[in-house]
Amino acid sequence: MNMPGLLDTEAIRKDFPILDRLVHDGKKVVYLDNAATSQKPRQVLDALSDYYERYNSNVHRGVHVLAEEATAAYESARDKIAEFINAPSRDEVIFTKNASESLNLVANMLGFADEPYRVERGTEIVITEMEHHSNIVPWQLLSQRTGAKLKWFGLTDEGRLDLSTIDEVITEKTKVVSFVLVSNILGTVNPVEAIVRRAQEVGALVVVDASQAAPHMPLDVQALQADFVAFTGHKMCGPTGIGVLWGRQELLEDLPPFLGGGEMIETVSMHSSTYAPAPHKFEAGTPPIAQAIGLGAAVDYLASIGMENIAAHEHVITGYALERLASVPDLRIVGPVTAEDRGAAISFTLGDIHPHDVGQVLDEQGIAVRVGHHCARPVCLRYGIPATTRASFYLYSTPSEVDALVEGLEHVQNFFG
Amino acid sequence: MKLDSMYQEVILDHYKHPHGRGLRDGDAEVHHTNPTCGDEITLRVKLNGSTITDVSYEGQGCSISQASASVLNDLLVGKELAEAQKVQELFLELMQSKGKIEPDDAMEEVLEDAVAFAGVSKYPARVKCALLSWMAWKDATAQALADRETETA
Repeated sequence: MNMPGLLDTEAIRKDFPILDRLVHDGKKVVYLDNAATSQKPRQVLDALSDYYERYNSNVHRGVHVLAEEATAAYESARDKIAEFINAPSRDEVIFTKNASESLNLVANMLGFADEPYRVERGTEIVITEMEHHSNIVPWQLLSQRTGAKLKWFGLTDEGRLDLSTIDEVITEKTKVVSFVLVSNILGTVNPVEAIVRRAQEVGALVVVDASQAAPHMPLDVQALQADFVAFTGHKMCGPTGIGVLWGRQELLEDLPPFLGGGEMIETVSMHSSTYAPAPHKFEAGTPPIAQAIGLGAAVDYLASIGMENIAAHEHVITGYALERLASVPDLRIVGPVTAEDRGAAISFTLGDIHPHDVGQVLDEQGIAVRVGHHCARPVCLRYGIPATTRASFYLYSTPSEVDALVEGLEHVQNFFG
Repeated sequence: MKLDSMYQEVILDHYKHPHGRGLRDGDAEVHHTNPTCGDEITLRVKLNGSTITDVSYEGQGCSISQASASVLNDLLVGKELAEAQKVQELFLELMQSKGKIEPDDAMEEVLEDAVAFAGVSKYPARVKCALLSWMAWKDATAQALADRETETA
């Protein structure tokens, strides 16, 4: 199929052994659940086994050669990620276990912070109705514990943020605005600049959940002008168990640690302790070493293909999928219906056939999609639906996989018709 | 095809033409959800002494969860509580069997249409769907009995 902008998926797919997997009596797996987690290229798998087979050791302690190699590889992963997101300093890259932990870390820093950052009674927290639960619940907890008021932007019928009342939502009382860059359920790419500008006007901190952005498009934390950016490794070809929180250096210096333990200290006595400088101040205990190294390899892999090229590929695939899905009877897209300002996750309903049933019949044909509320239940409530079926694409997705999905959906309709 | 073992004709029939659906008068009401997929059910139990006179329900969910509620209504309404509890326990055992129980005549005698769910037990992600209404019924019944005790105390 001739579609300008597509990557050489034939070559790329050779890097992903799992894409050759046969399921359900010999059907090739059609993996369209990339917003849940991506598959891993051989390069990442090799980095993991190489670490465990050749230089497995704890980091930042011990003087033996294995410990030194492990420390160097772990810290080199930090360098790679700093470069990947254009961070001004490597010390601004904190390793966590996932984006949820990154967001919880920020919420807790701000709950325990001194002025001027402290979130407390009389101040306000702003989020949006399209957040993943991981960017809702930590702020609900913070609001309940401190008495700060939680506010949010609603959604338009088209699946975009309703910013028409931005000046009433973000006010002088707002301490922090936390929002998703690309929605995991609607696919919407949000207008960062408008929100950041208003937040800066009132002196509020800006937190961006980039979990569905970092894997799919160039991510430049300086261009975003945010104060914190969170994302997870396993959605961007890396292993599970590794996430990132990027934060501006002066904030990381000022804000208090959250988890205490080994590695995050300078000196400890029985009465008190002093803390290591960031990022170590926020990395208590033995970190996910292999996973960080694996994420470093993933970032190398993505950079070698080029994030611009990946974004262009997904834009073409998403446009093609939206066009093909529009031809399926009774199919309703939940989210923007064109590929403009849109990521590669497409949610839809199919008549009154429940997504669970849709997913089950697709699975029988080897097609893996996600069904349910995608950890974004408020979005389902907003649009009056119990759940959606979601197909989500990545750098190895092909037009013929879109075709397989559309044929699969016809089969679903026949089955329940 | 393997799918047919899950989506038996009798299940699809119950899904398309549910029995006893809609909320009616009851002694206790519960609301249960399946947080992983968004299935929801509101269910009421009406008792007369130890006889179940009605199980009414309203909800949204997949074919398995909706058909299961319909089958439950068929099976339990009119039964004595002790007998209904045995049906519920046997259904639970079948659903937790991971496809290892092949329902025999004795089981079919008790579970009737519910034996059609045997195939669902092979799909761990769907067992919860099949059990949603049954867990709601168990909960609502316990509440109705507890309320009755409080009233007579």
